[in-house]
Amino acid sequence: MIRWLVGLIGWSLAATSALAADPVTIGVGYLGIAGTRSTLSLVEQPAENDGVAGARLAIEDNNTTGKFTGQRFTLEERRIREGEDPVQAATTLAEKNGFIIADLPADAVLKVADALRERGTLLFNAGAIDERLREADCRANVIHTAPTRAMLADALGQYLVWKKWSRWLLVVGSHDEDKLFADALRRTATRFGAKIVQERTFEDKGGARRTDSGVTQIQRQMPVFTQQAPAYDVLVAADESEVFGAYLPYRTWDPRPVAGSAGLVPRSWDASQDQWGAIQMQNRFIKLNSRRMTALDMQAWTAVRMIGEATSRTNSGDVKKVTDFIKGPDFSVAAFKGTRLTLRDWNLQLRQPILLVDGRMVVSVSPQEGFLHQVSELDTLGYDRPESKCKLK
Amino acid sequence: MSSSDHRDNAALPPPPAGEGWGEGVSTSDTPQEERALSRIASDDAIRPPPQAGEVKTARGQTLRKLVTALPVAITLAAAPAHAFIAYVSNEKSNTVSVIDTDSWTVTKTIKVGQRPRGIDFTRDGKFVMVAVGDDDTIQVIDAKTQAVVDSLPSGPDPELFAQDAAGKVLYVANENDNTVTVIDLEKRARLGDIQVGVEPEGMTISPDGKTLINTSETTNMAHFIDTSSRQIVANVLVDARPRFAEFKHDSSEVWVSSEIGGTVSVIDPNKHEVIGKVTFEIPGLRKEAIQPVGIGMTKDDKTAFVALGPANRIAVVDVASRKVTKYLLVGQRVWHMAFTPDEKYLLSTNGVSNDVSVIDVAAQKVIKTIQVGELPWGITIAP
Repeated sequence: MIRWLVGLIGWSLAATSALAADPVTIGVGYLGIAGTRSTLSLVEQPAENDGVAGARLAIEDNNTTGKFTGQRFTLEERRIREGEDPVQAATTLAEKNGFIIADLPADAVLKVADALRERGTLLFNAGAIDERLREADCRANVIHTAPTRAMLADALGQYLVWKKWSRWLLVVGSHDEDKLFADALRRTATRFGAKIVQERTFEDKGGARRTDSGVTQIQRQMPVFTQQAPAYDVLVAADESEVFGAYLPYRTWDPRPVAGSAGLVPRSWDASQDQWGAIQMQNRFIKLNSRRMTALDMQAWTAVRMIGEATSRTNSGDVKKVTDFIKGPDFSVAAFKGTRLTLRDWNLQLRQPILLVDGRMVVSVSPQEGFLHQVSELDTLGYDRPESKCKLK
Repeated sequence: MSSSDHRDNAALPPPPAGEGWGEGVSTSDTPQEERALSRIASDDAIRPPPQAGEVKTARGQTLRKLVTALPVAITLAAAPAHAFIAYVSNEKSNTVSVIDTDSWTVTKTIKVGQRPRGIDFTRDGKFVMVAVGDDDTIQVIDAKTQAVVDSLPSGPDPELFAQDAAGKVLYVANENDNTVTVIDLEKRARLGDIQVGVEPEGMTISPDGKTLINTSETTNMAHFIDTSSRQIVANVLVDARPRFAEFKHDSSEVWVSSEIGGTVSVIDPNKHEVIGKVTFEIPGLRKEAIQPVGIGMTKDDKTAFVALGPANRIAVVDVASRKVTKYLLVGQRVWHMAFTPDEKYLLSTNGVSNDVSVIDVAAQKVIKTIQVGELPWGITIAP
């Protein structure tokens, strides 16, 4: 009798465990910088959880799918303070997480990538738009979901040329990243036949972004700064540092539209994007995070979804297997941009359409029709294979 | 989902002064004669439908008749035996266009709720159900009066739905909360929800009524649901963004279109395995533009039609070999399709060009284009 009972219990235990096989856990780390940067426009001030909020939504989406595939996704977030070593933080994260989403400056991305190479951790660069991470400094263990400056500049340039606004007045900030964006815009002008009629530099002389009577002064300064320009169609501003760009619209000496870092802005994503089913995702995002979705949120969402897509296709949580699949020829991911997104195999940059937004609406989406390419029209944005200096290692 | 692909518009030159973007925007690759036809059709659409008591003869003369006593007879006289009525949901206009398949004209435009998409006749042919996603309901149109008479408790953001063979139970895909809602059509009551993947969309029921297929767009699966237990029995991974599912009439295969993946997966519904794929290639067209959505299969299971979205074409597929035999050029961003019950014609909704293409099924030719409202999405034809 007792033996029979024990047998029965044993059998039922075995049956239970067979039914509810433990799901495979796939750990994703998120490594970012603590604190937020200050923007000229108060409404554009990033939230504390900018970026990681997108990763969180993608973890939820992956877990809904994971219910059917026996996979469970977890997210571990780590923020480093200024001066703190990103490598140490990344190494700690990598102990439990085979995949790390990084929202770090270019130098830190490189340090982390090199430190984690032996371990086999796959890094997703969701934040840095620097060309060099995809060119001379490219790495075989870094996938880029953030677009590059050249992709953003080309996306804008194609539209301006389509609009026949081909005479540009280029205004460049005095910080390094402003100069890099200006380089990208110059390259774009040359590629697509626009003419930069004049360049001006806007020196950052310091000062607060929030003042009590700032508008009065700005209204006097900006027309003066932009007067006596040669005939131009559009003012193109390169101000990643948020020093003057947003002051330009409606304040130029000549009545001209503004584009680049203010006015018509190229971005990977925008809270106003509602085409191609995006409304569902925007709704999910607002429900989860009580705010609207930014480009950085989208770049992190896409990275985590790429992991989810690869784990469900390979039916595996093995980092090596998943990495190989993502880098392989059959990989693509859907990201509410009207077309499948794939990786440029020569530098692991995600191909993607770029939205042109004015802060309220999506004005257009590049690549523009008529910009042709023998492989993918998305490769008309940014550096193409033949130009690339990247040697993946 | 369902996206409104506006991209093609982006490349059009700005409209001349005094002309809007709306109807009448000619499409770059619609053949000349088709455009001419669509112009004529849109003129017809503006003209009011014949009044009760007026009957048009073949020669176009209008005869006044004494009709008060015989409304039924008049209806029959106005609609010859082979004419059918198609209902088209216009996602942006918030209207449903009613098309007469005899005259190929829009006879009525019905105002409905916000963002109408999925649309289907009830099995008895008396009502048309249309999912109005942004109003979180399914509205019911009386086919006789052509007016909205009721609404169903669908759950949030209904998009597409399927009904059982008896027409008693309705299954609705609710994109916003990853569920399929089950509705008792007679009692107008919600019977329950089934949890599925992220962004459920495509819905179809097996010919024997035992299995419901739902596709989820971000999870990229076809979920096989037992209609009696309302439990998922299998999940089949397909290519990215599955939009639509269609059973072969002999139940041997389910075809699932993947909009972003650019393929149609052929699934064995017993083994729950992908047993083949239909792929598409159109010379001169970028691969990304080929986005399969709607699928229509002839009753003999020999020929399938697959709408290819922004490729502006419908592929004609030989079902046995799963090979494309022909591409039919239709309007811009072709989405969903419906056969006339006699299967002589197939009608497709072309979102960006705001029209419906009529295909002669036997000849495999586009014979007509009819202007409807803005962003036509779904279509159903009276049984």
